[in-house]
Amino acid sequence: MATVNPIVEPAVDAVDPGAAGETGRRRGPGAYLLMAPAVIWLALFFLVPFYSLIATSLYDPSGSDQAGWEMTYHVGNYATALRDYWDSLAWSLFYGAAATAICLVLGYVVAYAIAFKAGRWKNLLLVLVIAPFFTSFLVRTLSWQLILADNGWVVNTLQFLGILGEDGHLLATPFAVVAGLAYNFLPFMVLPLFASIDKIDHRLIEASSDLYANPVVGFFKVTWPLSLPGVVSGTLLTFIPAAGDYINAQLLGNTNTTVIGTVIQLQATTANQPHLAAALSTTLMAIILVMVVVYIRRADTEDLL
Amino acid sequence: MNPALRWLREHLVLLLGLGVLAYTFIPIAVVVLMSFNDPATRNVYRFDGFTLDNWLNPCEDPAMCEALGLSLRVGLSSTLVATVIGTLAAFALVRWDFFGRSTSNLVIFLPMAAPEIVLGSSLLALFVQAGFAGQLGFWTIFIAHVMFCLSFVVVTVRSRLAGMDDNLEQAAQDLYATPAQTFWRVTFPLVLPGILGAALLSFSLSFDDFIITNLNSGNDTTFPMYVWSVARVGVPMQVNVVGTLMLVISLVIVLGGELNHRRRMRSVRG
Repeated sequence: MATVNPIVEPAVDAVDPGAAGETGRRRGPGAYLLMAPAVIWLALFFLVPFYSLIATSLYDPSGSDQAGWEMTYHVGNYATALRDYWDSLAWSLFYGAAATAICLVLGYVVAYAIAFKAGRWKNLLLVLVIAPFFTSFLVRTLSWQLILADNGWVVNTLQFLGILGEDGHLLATPFAVVAGLAYNFLPFMVLPLFASIDKIDHRLIEASSDLYANPVVGFFKVTWPLSLPGVVSGTLLTFIPAAGDYINAQLLGNTNTTVIGTVIQLQATTANQPHLAAALSTTLMAIILVMVVVYIRRADTEDLL
Repeated sequence: MNPALRWLREHLVLLLGLGVLAYTFIPIAVVVLMSFNDPATRNVYRFDGFTLDNWLNPCEDPAMCEALGLSLRVGLSSTLVATVIGTLAAFALVRWDFFGRSTSNLVIFLPMAAPEIVLGSSLLALFVQAGFAGQLGFWTIFIAHVMFCLSFVVVTVRSRLAGMDDNLEQAAQDLYATPAQTFWRVTFPLVLPGILGAALLSFSLSFDDFIITNLNSGNDTTFPMYVWSVARVGVPMQVNVVGTLMLVISLVIVLGGELNHRRRMRSVRG
């Protein structure tokens, strides 16, 4: 299943890039020729842009596209951006965290079922996990708009059951945004989890039940700790894109809960405030980097215990 | 214990898992259904009647097909470039030992750990500073797409290469194959499924990208941007035709590859 690997591998490999057999590697300048195109492309269009982004974030705020922008190392842009848009930043992190938590629960059930219970249907079910992922992201999200619409059958059913009030609605609420995000990023959670759970030796779980652990204790003492690498990469692969996404918030949310992606997009284009867009982008990236580092450290120590 | 209850207990996890999977198909089912919808008005998004019109006249809104054309061109060209240079890099990372190897691994991993909005806005900052603000279009989209597809290609091909047994290559060399013969007759065919998988992934990432493209496309419109722009006024049903087609085509490719693989495995065991 070559198509499944890509999403599974990044984080798994990233934890230990040198894991693939250390023996029999060739030496010599050939490697640089092979590496050069990819590294140059990423240097020019991934690393250098970060410099441009930080530089832009320090432009003097008095500039404009017509008059030009002056570099005055105006660190105050960050204060302005955070003062005006901290709530959007908070919403993005909240949406990302909530969607990741839901994905973890749903994704664990799916990955566990496929790895341990699916037998010879394993590959087919893995294809079904990624199949929805092949229909356009926007078309899928618009489809949710229809499903959660005020006169749709979901709202009608919930109203009939009394879970939702007569004038209650789902669309244009934070609930709809989280549901959309959890739906859209589920494969990013399932595939790394599957890769980890699938590797677990069944005999360990049998051993725990031979030693009179009930299935619940067995799960938390054996299966869960052994699946932690998948949990770590799955949560990261879900949280990072979910926190930066604005499609779900725009199509399924309301205007009171603007996310940081929407703000950055608007400031960088129509609002003509590139320095604010850049300051917010840099802040988002910094927050995510710090969270990732802290999280990986913590997960590692737990793994050792 | 009641046998029905025991059966339920044994299959509970599987049933829950299948339930979640079924839930992920609800929006897809809606997309497929809507591709046959005959809507009474354009901005009411509700199933009114069955028709094949949407499938027979996919380009009713020429703007959609124009956007689709741009997406296909960007997708094919960026997939080609990303697959070629990503595969080269994967070979270097798995087969060669060189100074800067772990740094290269890090640089390749990082784009996958950055949110799209950050990648997109930083590329835009670069293009603006370099004086290309007025020339945003096909080439800037192409540059961006190769950039974010590259990492996924490297990672996919690398995992295929790393999981490969090198006994076959050694056997070829023992039988006096030249390095070139060994590569083209043994190594390359073995890695090819990984490369094709990477290309498929790369194309679907490019075809589907909205956030990065939306920042770097100037006045050009890709298919996701078209969908975005009409989302508020009512989406033409043909959008669902495209969504359905994308699903069908990728399923055919993936399942076809899987069947082919099984058949070959059977004939090898034969």
